[in-house]
Amino acid sequence: MDAMAELGAGSLLLGDPAFNYQEHELNERLKRLYPAVNEDETPLPRSWSPKDKYSYIGLSQNNLRVHYKGHGKNHKDAASVRATHPIPAACGIYYFEVKIVSKGLDFLSSLLPLSPILGWDKHSYGYHGDDGHSFCSSGTGQPYGPTFTTGDVIGCCVNLINNTCFYTKNGISLGVAFTDLPPNLYPTVGLQTPGEIVDANFGQQPFVFDIEDYMSEWRAKIHGMIARFPIGERLGEWQAVLQNMVSTYLVHHGYCATATAFARATETLIQEDQTSIKNRQRIQKLVLAGRVGEAIEATQHLYPGLLEHNPNLLFMLKCRQFVEMVNGTDSEVRCFSVRSPKSQDSYPGSPSLSPRHGATNPNLHSAGADSPTCSNGVTPPNKNKSHNKYPGISSASSSSSSSPSSVNYSESNSTDSTKSQPHSGTSNQEETRCVASDSEMEIEAEHYTNGVAENPSARIMNGTYKHQEILQAQDISLEDSCASRQLCGGNQAATERMIQFGRELQGLNEQLCREYGKNVTHKKMLQDAFSLLAYSDPWNCPVGQQLDPMQRENICSALNSAILESQNLPKQPPLMLALGQATECVQLMARVRSGSCSFARVDNFLH
Amino acid sequence: TKCVHLSPVSLSEVTATSRHYVDRLFDPDPQKVLQGVIDMKNAVIGNNKQKANLIVLGAVPRLLYLLQQGSSSSELRAECAVVLGSLAMGTENNIKSLVDCHIIPALLQGLLCPDLIFIEACLRCLRTVFISPVTPVQLLYTDPTVIPHLMSLLCRSQRTQEYITQIFSHCCKTPEHQTVLFNHGAIQNIAPLLISPSYKVRMQALKCFSVLAYENTQVSMTLVNVLVDEELLSQVFVRMMQRDQPIDMQLTAAKCLTYMCRAGAIRTDDSCIVLKTLPCLVRMCSKERLLEERVEGAETLAYLMEPDVELQRIASVTDHLVAMLADYFKYPSSVSAITDIKRLDHDLKHAHELRQAAFKLYASLGSNDEDIRKKITETENMMDRIVSGLSESSVKVRLAAVRCLHSLSRSVQQLRTSFHDHAVWKPLMKLLQNAPDEVLVMASSTLCNLLLEFSPSKEPILESGVIELLCSLTQSDSPALRVNGIWALMNMAFQADQKVKGEIVRALGTEQLFRLLSDPDSNVLMKTLGLLRNLLSTRPHIDQVMSSHGKQIMQAVTLILEGEHSIEVKEQTLCILANIADGNTAKELIMTNDDILQKIKYYMAHSNVKLQLAATFCISNLIWNEEDGSQERQDKLRELGFVDILHKLTQASDPNLCDRSDTATHTSLPLSFSFSLHKTDAHKHAHCVVGY
Repeated sequence: MDAMAELGAGSLLLGDPAFNYQEHELNERLKRLYPAVNEDETPLPRSWSPKDKYSYIGLSQNNLRVHYKGHGKNHKDAASVRATHPIPAACGIYYFEVKIVSKGLDFLSSLLPLSPILGWDKHSYGYHGDDGHSFCSSGTGQPYGPTFTTGDVIGCCVNLINNTCFYTKNGISLGVAFTDLPPNLYPTVGLQTPGEIVDANFGQQPFVFDIEDYMSEWRAKIHGMIARFPIGERLGEWQAVLQNMVSTYLVHHGYCATATAFARATETLIQEDQTSIKNRQRIQKLVLAGRVGEAIEATQHLYPGLLEHNPNLLFMLKCRQFVEMVNGTDSEVRCFSVRSPKSQDSYPGSPSLSPRHGATNPNLHSAGADSPTCSNGVTPPNKNKSHNKYPGISSASSSSSSSPSSVNYSESNSTDSTKSQPHSGTSNQEETRCVASDSEMEIEAEHYTNGVAENPSARIMNGTYKHQEILQAQDISLEDSCASRQLCGGNQAATERMIQFGRELQGLNEQLCREYGKNVTHKKMLQDAFSLLAYSDPWNCPVGQQLDPMQRENICSALNSAILESQNLPKQPPLMLALGQATECVQLMARVRSGSCSFARVDNFLH
Repeated sequence: TKCVHLSPVSLSEVTATSRHYVDRLFDPDPQKVLQGVIDMKNAVIGNNKQKANLIVLGAVPRLLYLLQQGSSSSELRAECAVVLGSLAMGTENNIKSLVDCHIIPALLQGLLCPDLIFIEACLRCLRTVFISPVTPVQLLYTDPTVIPHLMSLLCRSQRTQEYITQIFSHCCKTPEHQTVLFNHGAIQNIAPLLISPSYKVRMQALKCFSVLAYENTQVSMTLVNVLVDEELLSQVFVRMMQRDQPIDMQLTAAKCLTYMCRAGAIRTDDSCIVLKTLPCLVRMCSKERLLEERVEGAETLAYLMEPDVELQRIASVTDHLVAMLADYFKYPSSVSAITDIKRLDHDLKHAHELRQAAFKLYASLGSNDEDIRKKITETENMMDRIVSGLSESSVKVRLAAVRCLHSLSRSVQQLRTSFHDHAVWKPLMKLLQNAPDEVLVMASSTLCNLLLEFSPSKEPILESGVIELLCSLTQSDSPALRVNGIWALMNMAFQADQKVKGEIVRALGTEQLFRLLSDPDSNVLMKTLGLLRNLLSTRPHIDQVMSSHGKQIMQAVTLILEGEHSIEVKEQTLCILANIADGNTAKELIMTNDDILQKIKYYMAHSNVKLQLAATFCISNLIWNEEDGSQERQDKLRELGFVDILHKLTQASDPNLCDRSDTATHTSLPLSFSFSLHKTDAHKHAHCVVGY
């Protein structure tokens, strides 16, 4: 009989549009209710388990309907079924409902919504319909609530923050039933008399009780707790810490003028000297503009020995340089170009320049890697590979070196309002200051003249902006270049130079292999880069993503960190460390079953 | 001596500086006056002493003069209003002085000026003055142009919105005020403010609606149809009750919906009441809330569910409310007394309020459902708490406690058990000796129930000399007290022995009894007739009473049957006749009174079945076969044409009546017929009491 019920369920699963719709509803609702739950680690209960049940229990309707098929003569005939999974702690507050479809013959229906092990006895918690008593870990019942019968909807809410539980009847909270609940409870239902039928709602339908309202209270409570967290006598210290965090962040990303202004206003000191900051800034800008060759040169010039000691980094840079050659942006190929490199040399608004958080990026709330842009100035190395929302951050605390630290650059803000005058001069660096129309932020626009007559001003946006705007900017730039987009800018000499460079790169790889042994990452990198040549239109090929200017950010940030490290400065700004620490803590809270993590999510606090 | 010497000097010094500020207001140079006002503003901020000094030195009339002068610059006028507003922020005495200087009309006049800054300063000051308890709110309504002008200023700025709505919510104290504000478009003007970006504005607008809707059907009925940004107002209120909203907002929104519901604008089974308002109010009663919030929450909840048993049932199972309320009696808590004097003071201040709120809520919860009453009486020390509440010093607590007791006294089971076990009649009797009328009404109502025949408290109460007390109540000016007095006597007389009945008649006095029979309040009349019926039960009693008071009783009965009275009163009167007809000697009083017999005949043919039935009972008793002289009576009645009527009645459509007339024609009535009739009817009364 069990099998039949399950079979029925199985056939329903396939292609029933109503069911698919319900499934969709369920997923949406669960995502909304329990955003902090990582279902890869801790799946949510979605139906009763056909495996974990008494034989007297029959399941139907996608394992949501439970009916009793035993004799129901005495208490020994009682039977129960539990849900497929225990309640994850990261829910914070968990809720499900059961509708009494039919009460059976006598008044001995009961509900045991929580039970780590199947059954009536140890560690189970229940609310019985016949007498309204609550039962806790066997023993006698305590008077708790009203009785319930056919047509009633009974809900059970587990608060994993304070480890209590309350039941609801027809949308009315009956008050706390149990305290000090153990972890890993399963939603469970128990029946005892023939004819009893109950339907579960794990989120398939809207709940009768307004659980979201209840959650909002706890969210507000926990946010209040965080906001009012006592810092005691460290109040003065607190401000210094915050100022230091802001300052180091600005310095790290080379917002030189802003950092100086901030230091002046807050009367703090910047550890790194101005020249060093500007040097880093310059190198970063070169990388972001796709002029990796120049960036390597500048690095070798300014930080002799750095790349020699970091052969992996050098290899990455060279690989990137090759890609940029294909792109036609690297100066080694661009010098051959006769046409104006207007479209290529503009860095089309990296979407991940400055931290952008929850509010502007709706994708952020969904776990997984569906977002091409990412917050906190970190770009996932590859959108298909990234599993972690904060790769840069997790690396900070989990000591994996898989992803580079955050990237952030600023030269000028606003895509089109910056019209840096093409100052031609002999000086390598010339500072122009201008003020954006709607912001009082100081802007530095720098110009590089490397003997090439061009307008090198990179279009890099700063601050926060909407997702759509970025996409638009990209669309425009793609359109721009589409017509004239050709390998190495379409120049024969440049192509030859590229091929020669490719050989050199191959040589470098072989050399590295000899010195340090085989490196899978390098091999893959090289393969990917060379694959670009296999397609007539590299921009529209399976590996074409490499050509995306956004791909420059990782290498740029890796280079920046390496420079900082070589100067005995932290390779990550403390702000990002703190952010990573906080994020990791919240995830850890979920693992150690501290329910408040669901309402203390870091992105709730980033605006 | 040094001290004595020093203090006048420093005082005069203070006065001197204050004097200087005032003097500067009289400078001929307007620029210097302005600077003087600004300096004064800076001097008075947060300085109550300085404020008092300036008021004593006559700064207020001068400031008002400057404020009203057309020649004053708008800057000066605004600064004057600011200083006045600052002075109003001081003590209550300051406010009194300002009001005495006619600041209100002057500021209201100032509102006619187009300058927004000046208007805001005036409104701010007016707000401060009007929210003070010492200001008579009527001053807002003296000039009929003020309210419409204030309405028109609502659109000027967020500040005008905040101040004006705050003034309205504090000055709307009577149904007349509600009507004035309503007629001037308060609802349409204030509703959009509920979605203002400013929390203060939203909150004050919400408070306005709560005072406007309170016990006001017109306002409430209008409110349910109001749309704010395409959303129904009730939904806006529901959103404001969300659990993450500030408590003040949740509570006030719940009040609005409660008042709309009580005024009949929202059904009690509407989900916004059952699933939102009620749970919200229950939450307000929880331990986590401030004491003030718990008081307001409990009172509002009591009011919400008072008339609806279903809401009472839902509330009784929501979040352990009944147990939660028990905590209201634990203030001041023993812990706070030792650790924190401030806390103790706070607790003490609210302890009475908490207790009375809890009693009110218990009273409301238990007013209909027997299971809930049981749950309440089973709450820890509940009966003891009520008993001690009855003798508390605070009238409010005593009243609430007796209300609670009254509510619980509607339960037959509780009367038999917990009421008797805790001898609640003792404090109740004490309460009745000397209490304000509203307490007396509740206490005597409760006493009525305690005097029901099945109540074990009846005996001890009788022995405590309650009869005199009840008789004095029947002489009260308050109809409610008269009703309760006579009602209690009626219950007491039911199936009582001759001694008690005699005592009642003696204590009440026939004069008073007959005065009550002509009482303008029909309830009093009904209960007096009920008392008379209970006195006239069982044959020996009937004969005894009739032999001493027969003449007056027959007169009174005649008068009532002739007068303009309700069917119920006439039915009751005919039943008295039926009882008299059951007596041995008493029946002669009817048989010899042709006038009465004609009246009985008339009612036997009445269109109302109840009256026909009662009149027929009476005849049945008169012609009862087994008694002496029945033949003569039957003959006489036959002569008068009663038999024809009875025959007609046997064909009547009403089976009851048909049956009675049938038995009457065959003169085979059941034994002690009048008694059984009486008994059932008295029970009806008893249950009336229970349901009162």
